Amino acid sequence: MFWGSRKTIDMNYFPDEVLEHVFDFITSHKDRNSVSLVCKSWYKIEKYSRQRVFLGNCYSISPERLIARFPGLKSLILKGKPHFADFNLVPDDWGGFLYPWIKAMAKSRIGLEELRLKRMVVSDESLELLSESFPNFKSLVLVSCEGFTTDGLAAIAANCRFLRELDLQENEVEDHRGYWLSCFPGSCTSLVSLNFACLKGEINLASLERLVARSPNLKSLRLNRAVPFDTLQRLLIRAPQLVDLGTGSYIHDPSSEAYNKLKAAIQNCNSIRSLSGFLEVAPCCMPAIYPICENLTFLNLSYAAGLQSNELTRLIHHCRKLQRLWILDCIGDKGLGVVASTCKELQELRVFPSDPFDAGNAAVTEEGLVLVSEGCPKLNSLLYFCQQMTNAALITVAKNCTNFIRFRLCILDPIKPDPVTNQPLDEGFGAIVRSCKGLKRLSLSGLLTDQVFYYIGMYAKKLEMLSIAFAGNSDKGMLYVLNGCKKLRKLEIRDCPFGDTALLEDMGKYETMRSLWMSTCEVTLGACKVLAKKMPSLNVEIINESEQTEFNLDDRQKVDKMYLYRTLVGHRKDAPEFVWLL
Amino acid sequence: MEVGLKMGFEETELRLGLPGGGDGGEVVRKRGFSETVDLKLKLSSKHGGSGIDLSEEKKMTGLNKEKNLLLSATDPAKPPAKAQVVGWPPVRSFRKNILAAATQKSGSSDESGGEKAAFLKVSMDGAPYLRKVDLRMYTSYHQLSDALAKMFSSFTIGNCGSQGVKDFMNESKLMDLLNGSDYVPTYEDKDGDWMLVGDVPWEMFVESCKRLRIMKGTEAIGLAPKAVEKCKKRG
Repeated sequence: MFWGSRKTIDMNYFPDEVLEHVFDFITSHKDRNSVSLVCKSWYKIEKYSRQRVFLGNCYSISPERLIARFPGLKSLILKGKPHFADFNLVPDDWGGFLYPWIKAMAKSRIGLEELRLKRMVVSDESLELLSESFPNFKSLVLVSCEGFTTDGLAAIAANCRFLRELDLQENEVEDHRGYWLSCFPGSCTSLVSLNFACLKGEINLASLERLVARSPNLKSLRLNRAVPFDTLQRLLIRAPQLVDLGTGSYIHDPSSEAYNKLKAAIQNCNSIRSLSGFLEVAPCCMPAIYPICENLTFLNLSYAAGLQSNELTRLIHHCRKLQRLWILDCIGDKGLGVVASTCKELQELRVFPSDPFDAGNAAVTEEGLVLVSEGCPKLNSLLYFCQQMTNAALITVAKNCTNFIRFRLCILDPIKPDPVTNQPLDEGFGAIVRSCKGLKRLSLSGLLTDQVFYYIGMYAKKLEMLSIAFAGNSDKGMLYVLNGCKKLRKLEIRDCPFGDTALLEDMGKYETMRSLWMSTCEVTLGACKVLAKKMPSLNVEIINESEQTEFNLDDRQKVDKMYLYRTLVGHRKDAPEFVWLL
Repeated sequence: MEVGLKMGFEETELRLGLPGGGDGGEVVRKRGFSETVDLKLKLSSKHGGSGIDLSEEKKMTGLNKEKNLLLSATDPAKPPAKAQVVGWPPVRSFRKNILAAATQKSGSSDESGGEKAAFLKVSMDGAPYLRKVDLRMYTSYHQLSDALAKMFSSFTIGNCGSQGVKDFMNESKLMDLLNGSDYVPTYEDKDGDWMLVGDVPWEMFVESCKRLRIMKGTEAIGLAPKAVEKCKKRG
């Protein structure tokens, strides 16, 4: 299938369909973008054959223009709100609405098959329209979204006849209880992945069992808390082919018949490589899963608040092939030592705070991280919430693990210095960026001066995303980063003394980036206006949470929150009153 | 322009505290964090322990710096309550809520009586955006009502402008507005029904409340037909 006229075969040119076939092998978005820049005919062929599009910022282009550009669109990834929205820094109703996209694609008869959304506002209406407009729709993945209820899910279940994947990760869903699951028709047998772990309400268990029973291709199943232990057991009997399992409630009497049945059922599930859930857990029931631990590559216990350090380590002893581990900090430094000595294949580690409200209480320190770095040389991705960190530890980690792609450190007291030397952590982070030449994402915390930014600008040449909070002394800090990090795409800053000088020094830089967020910094309204005026290709948005209007606010006044991003379509039309578009 | 701004920024910086409480200016941000935490505690002590989050404090700062002198001149000797800075630590609210619920269930507690936060959305008819409250921060309807009054004060007093600033700190006027027939506080319970705030004991309310809506009195009359519609839709 091809658009455009058939070309005569010339020495120098291939026919369109051959080119198209070649382009099929080019899957990276970046590469396909490059392909389209080569010449007009390549542009045209690439344009019509392009099926997968990634939009890191839904406001960088309008739905209509996207559709005009890629009429063959089948798979779309959209991201809405800025990252700091995850931490309550962006008021509700800021934007990121899905509906206009669905409406436009439906109108243009786009053959949408896959949709993956992050931090978007998804209404039931948009889910209903989606389910009715795209007959071949196969996959819906929603991450950190909100605005919908289980009624919207019911529409998806009822109308998407070839649905393969419904994956809901950490969304805020208004739960009207379990009837949505019953909306999957009896003829629906195509499910490969079903994840409803984030739903808070009751589930129709009988419907669930029937659904799983008629889904022979089901590989991934993540249940919510409302699914009890004995249902889990019956589900596992129906689906021994599962590769990825998320348990619901995992509490039972280990001497019971049901427990023994579960043990038996699990032993039959020798394809499981990924395990999560345990929102409710009885530690005495954990031994039932030991048999599948030896094959696990991904283990997510970050919601299992009911497991103590010794239970966690006992479990981890069995997980020799683990590549990714998400865990709570109650595992402690010693427990991380067990991880270090057991999980030699470990690539990704995330340690979350079990008590996110109390800055005084994280159970892991720099010691745990050092142990892991010594035992797991393949470590390349880290998210680590801890009580404290030292320069010495970071320097050691940098020496042991040079492969970091993602390094996100969060000391619960964000301005804490090195407790041993009382120095800022500049040298420690400096060692990380110097040693890890492939570093793409970095989040800083602890007491930090402009010096750390000097190091980042000097060494972090591949850095694409940087998150800064309560750090630096002056504009120089921000300037080091803007000048040095050539590959920077996303920069988010809160509570730092960076102001107008840094913001306005190199305005063209922002056209090379996806977005910049600055909140509670020293940037004034006047400077934002200057930037907006000089750079029409950027949208400069101010989120204003006071009751003053744009007109009686002084240009010298500092803005509370500024978010700017490059765009092809100018001001967005859906901004709420409290967002000023300069 | 830039140089002037830079030099004077300590003085002009919007701080939550007494101006002139100098700090040598070296690492201002270091102060920034602990200052904001301190002020939060001072405010808390004045407002009876209601956990106002920092963004709201900033809002108040932006409006009227002088008022802050009054606010912060409270008892500095109060024992530090659990401090919360908006967005720190950077953990998704979804995760925070799950962990809070989990620790509550397992019955764990610490010196300050446990975290157990439950952030709920609060909307007010006519207000441009929603807010979130943590019900566990309050121990009575009165405290909640106070906190809501402060959150939505800018919207209840006419439609922004200088008059709003003047009336802002007039608490009794706010309370009248919110308690009067103009506005009706309602909430959605676990069963999805919209109820009037205040009927059940406080603890029961906290357990069953899923979101809050401050309705205009006239809207509340229209509540019944909506509920019927909802039943029909569910079939």
